Amino acid sequence: MTDFWIILTGTLVAATSGILGCFLVLRKMSLVGDAISHSVLPGIAIAFMISGSRDSLLMMFGAAVLGLITVFLIQLLQQGGLQSDASIGIVFTALFAIGVIMISRNASNIDLDLDCVLFGEIAYVQWDTLIIGGYDMGPAAIWFLGITLFIVLFVIGLFYKQFKICAFDPALAAAVGIPVALFHYLLMGLVSLSTVASFESVGAILVVGMLIVPASTAYLLTDRLSMMLLYSVLIGALSSAGGYYFAKWLDASIAGSMISAAGLLFLLAFLFSPHHGLVARLSKRRRMKSVTI
Amino acid sequence: MISVILGWVSDPNMRWILMGSLLLGLGSGVIGSFTFLRKQSLLGDALAHAALPGICIAFMLSGVKSVGLFMIGAILSGMAATFGIHFITRYSRIKQDAALGIILTVFFGVGVVLMTKIQHSGNGNQSGLDKYMFGQAASMMLSDVYLMGAVSIMLVLICALLFKEFKLVSFDPGFARGMGMKVGLYEQLLLLLTVIAVVVGIQAVGVVLVAALLITPAVAARYWTDTLGVMVVLAGVFGALSGVAGTLISSTLSNLPTGPVTVLAATALFTVSILFAPRRGLLAKWLRRIRTRQEVQSSLEVHTATSMISHHRAERRMD
Repeated sequence: MTDFWIILTGTLVAATSGILGCFLVLRKMSLVGDAISHSVLPGIAIAFMISGSRDSLLMMFGAAVLGLITVFLIQLLQQGGLQSDASIGIVFTALFAIGVIMISRNASNIDLDLDCVLFGEIAYVQWDTLIIGGYDMGPAAIWFLGITLFIVLFVIGLFYKQFKICAFDPALAAAVGIPVALFHYLLMGLVSLSTVASFESVGAILVVGMLIVPASTAYLLTDRLSMMLLYSVLIGALSSAGGYYFAKWLDASIAGSMISAAGLLFLLAFLFSPHHGLVARLSKRRRMKSVTI
Repeated sequence: MISVILGWVSDPNMRWILMGSLLLGLGSGVIGSFTFLRKQSLLGDALAHAALPGICIAFMLSGVKSVGLFMIGAILSGMAATFGIHFITRYSRIKQDAALGIILTVFFGVGVVLMTKIQHSGNGNQSGLDKYMFGQAASMMLSDVYLMGAVSIMLVLICALLFKEFKLVSFDPGFARGMGMKVGLYEQLLLLLTVIAVVVGIQAVGVVLVAALLITPAVAARYWTDTLGVMVVLAGVFGALSGVAGTLISSTLSNLPTGPVTVLAATALFTVSILFAPRRGLLAKWLRRIRTRQEVQSSLEVHTATSMISHHRAERRMD
């Protein structure tokens, strides 16, 4: 049963992040996910100080607020004429620093472990169960992640066309009257929601990896957004299952192995993708050369 | 208060740590100016994460906890990471930001796997590994401080010697190539220097925050000047100031880690710059807008007044 719960958690994270990651990769904003996953730390710390417990809902709320603040600050600096990567770097390091200071100043009355926030521990997922009215409803993480996936699917499904146009051609989107800024914040809100929901169970690094790597792999395999979304989710699920067994065999970190598996799949696509792979490119070039000669 | 400061200055240990963080801030500020101009601000973040597998492999191969070996491992895996980013953007349709993200997370993931492998193998000697990753300047050994200072001085010296070349490569690589310069060589050298700066910085402020040492002082300096030379010097000064401020403030209060305070000091300098810098600062921009509006308004008033007069004259002529 342990295997099942862990792989299911990994797959839920992979599916949620995989869908959102496609839009981030297309809009050249992959690193915003990285920034959000680090800068939610002060939100979590404040929620801790207020409630004095590891109340997941309040923590999620605090982190989501900080996620939106991060996006807002990055946008503000960018509008002031700063390069986007520099503004991302300045904002997330500053917020992360504030979070670290908050946690270490209150280290005596907060049992919040920095390692735990950054790495998470997917192996303990099944022990932290949700109990409602005395009934054991199964692992809490599965519920949170499942609800998040549902919200993401619902919002993306409802505004699929708008998100698609915004991803490929924001200028066109603005011209046909789509509120581009609104959809930008909506997407970023979903990213911070999924980051926060995945945080406790799997840690920041797995979320960031699952946002970027499967979506990029899918980007190498297809030219259609709908297929890219599907491939991204499938690749994410495959890497979480494969990574889990790899970790079990090696007796090492599960989240790390899942990322490594995703990296391996990316490498395969990078080399052997039918249209965009390295081998296909090289053989095409060779064919062209022989034709011209 | 003054006696407390005097106490620090007279304590030789503290003096060395102060000196080390000053030099580190100086070196990474200078290097950061070039990475910022080359639009590679987040490279530092990727390199810092990518250092983990190198450090773990160095430990696995040698079995000892030596900062020198860790640095060599980290530099090697950092170079592998820059090569990977370059290779992905060059040979596929993946853009720079996604390539950076892929290398960052996958290298870090592999590093975490190796680190847990080391921990589970029951080698009790591994405790220094995660300390190295999260950084703690206050608890650094004196030999580490010497190394940090020496490496930072070397970085600044190389940048000073090759300033003209680096300037040309950062602003106009095409022109530099036309002049017959070995652009690739200098680009590789700059990358190597960036890797070294990052690896040295990890020890002091940790993996996540080391990116700020490169970016924040450089961007703050950019607001004050349009000349590269001035910008590089200013970035170095800002970096050094935040290093010193971070070390001093964190040693006055208990439970205050050095790295985050250093980063926040740099962020404070950045905030001051973005608000109050002459010409490019927000305040200056705002004042200029008000002045322009007033000028436009007064010229409009003059215009309407003159047109009224001429209108009046025309009417009188009609009579």
